[in-house]
Amino acid sequence: MNNVLLRLKDISVKFDNEQILDNVSLEICDKEFVTLLGPSGCGKTTTLRIIAGFISPDKGEVYFDNALMNNVPPHKRPVNTIFQKYALFPNLNVYENVAFGLRVKKASEDEIRRTVHDMLSMVNLLGFEKRDISTLSGGQQQRVAIARALAVGPRVLLLDEPLGALDLKLRKDMQVELKNIQQRMGITFIYVTHDQEEALSMSDRVVVMNDGVIQQIGTPEDIYNEPINAFVADFIGESNIVDGVMLEDYKASFSGHVFECLDKGFKNGEAVDVVVRPEDVDVVSPEEGMLRGIVTSVTFKGVHFEIIVDIGGFKWMIQTTDFQPVGANIGLYIEPDAIHIMKKSEYSGIYGDYSSYSEDFDNLSNAGEELEDE
Amino acid sequence: MMKSRKGTLLNLFYVGLVLLFLYSPIALLIYRSFDFGGDNVFAAYKDFFMNTAAKEALENSIIIAIISACVATVIGTAAAVGISKYKSRRAKSAVMLITSIPMTSPDIVMAVSLVLLFGLVFAIVNVNDFLGFWTLLISHITFEIPYVLLSVLPKINQMDENLPQAAMDLGCKPLKAFFKVELPAIKTGVLTGFFMAFTLSIDDFVISRFTAGSYNTLPLFIYSAARKGIPDYIYALSTIIFVGVLLVLILKNFISSKDIYSKVRGKKKR
Repeated sequence: MNNVLLRLKDISVKFDNEQILDNVSLEICDKEFVTLLGPSGCGKTTTLRIIAGFISPDKGEVYFDNALMNNVPPHKRPVNTIFQKYALFPNLNVYENVAFGLRVKKASEDEIRRTVHDMLSMVNLLGFEKRDISTLSGGQQQRVAIARALAVGPRVLLLDEPLGALDLKLRKDMQVELKNIQQRMGITFIYVTHDQEEALSMSDRVVVMNDGVIQQIGTPEDIYNEPINAFVADFIGESNIVDGVMLEDYKASFSGHVFECLDKGFKNGEAVDVVVRPEDVDVVSPEEGMLRGIVTSVTFKGVHFEIIVDIGGFKWMIQTTDFQPVGANIGLYIEPDAIHIMKKSEYSGIYGDYSSYSEDFDNLSNAGEELEDE
Repeated sequence: MMKSRKGTLLNLFYVGLVLLFLYSPIALLIYRSFDFGGDNVFAAYKDFFMNTAAKEALENSIIIAIISACVATVIGTAAAVGISKYKSRRAKSAVMLITSIPMTSPDIVMAVSLVLLFGLVFAIVNVNDFLGFWTLLISHITFEIPYVLLSVLPKINQMDENLPQAAMDLGCKPLKAFFKVELPAIKTGVLTGFFMAFTLSIDDFVISRFTAGSYNTLPLFIYSAARKGIPDYIYALSTIIFVGVLLVLILKNFISSKDIYSKVRGKKKR
């Protein structure tokens, strides 16, 4: 896991005077599953295309096995891509699509037959050899694309939002299957998505990007539990992000109360962003609570209730299994390990307030929320 | 009910009228090409095949049409692929506009300007009698290219833009990726362009009249023959051309519909 296979160094790209990537540096290890996560336009797909060789960066270097790759054309790179819309060859059937790369390499007919059979059996498409691409469903086309890319034996597979066109159920199945394939083949996967749940559940490491800049690199647990700034905290899961002051090590003040926490290393009196995840807040009686507020909305989510609580004008989201009626006066209790302190950043004050929160908005922005606090 | 029935009748009447106006001249032509009164019904056709000048003109026309259509198809397809690679939308539409202007400008303007250009070029190399096969060929290629371009470009736009990249990703050099993946995907557009170029070339009179010199093509031959009253064999010849072009059109439609059906029939192949 520790030998670096692919290295991006200070990559910058500009299109039409717009900075798409700004000094992106990244190291990816052999057999690793790395996800580039971010909203559309954050530069994640551009990063992938630079690795594939379809875009050459204005500045910076791409290394593969410590060899400089900048001037190696796409067809000579040991990486293969699963494209967003699969890009299967419509004039060829399933067998010939999977065999394509092997034929280009002039493999023997015998080897081609064996490899195509292995690949199709891996993606559960045996018996589909003679089918025409246009007669396949989206999920089946996706599998052909995977088989086609893996047939040539790449060391790195690049996947550009490969599940974006599939429905939710199929997407979940394919997530598990992709992860299995990656482990069975023992190759590196670099996966691009804007779906934070997909990123958390599949990856060894997640690279969170925004505005062409890498915000944070870490394991899914790190990214979720210790986001580096307000953008990451808000993009990955739900977060209450409030202004606070670090009084001294292990002691922070926010929302008019002084809390114990586990964070240190800030200047005494430094202004900070405080993150509290909705599932980490306990609802108690007003007298016992560290904070007190009035419930302004309640949504039943199946596993839990999602309630919005007004605390001194700032709306908090809290997930609780106890029903609280709208208008109820409740207290909130927050354990020290539920508090995460972040340095102020350019994203401070933009995210983490649920004032404009409504159910419709929730449905649009967070389809995969319910799995997260299990 | 009454109203819609009336509507259908009116519809039929209108369609019939249009067809009558469109096809009555051709029907008359075909009828006149046969000599139903005389002892040989095909007398006019026999006349035509005995006429070496007419036969030579037909051959010339076909040669010019095939060569110019091939060259125009290659150039036009390459241009379409190139234009589709432009990133800027404005540059794309500017190039499209520039290439389609010759198509909309009158033939006579095209013809005169081509002769002018040839005159200029051949004056520099000091050749006098320059109009002939080559100038005619170049002229035909020139006016055919925009048509090829316009029939290929939509096909490229329909194609998944990642197809060539997918081929390169799997180890193809760019040129190989084009022939193995991109060309099959835009095949129907290329063929349509070719047949369009071919029929336009066979059909052209104005530009040929100015640029062919003494080289005789079919339309030119017919024009000069018809000046002293139209001889019967011209009817036969015109019928042959009409049927020939009709066959080319049917062939073209057959190929493009076969391309659609091949998706279904593809299962049976291999």
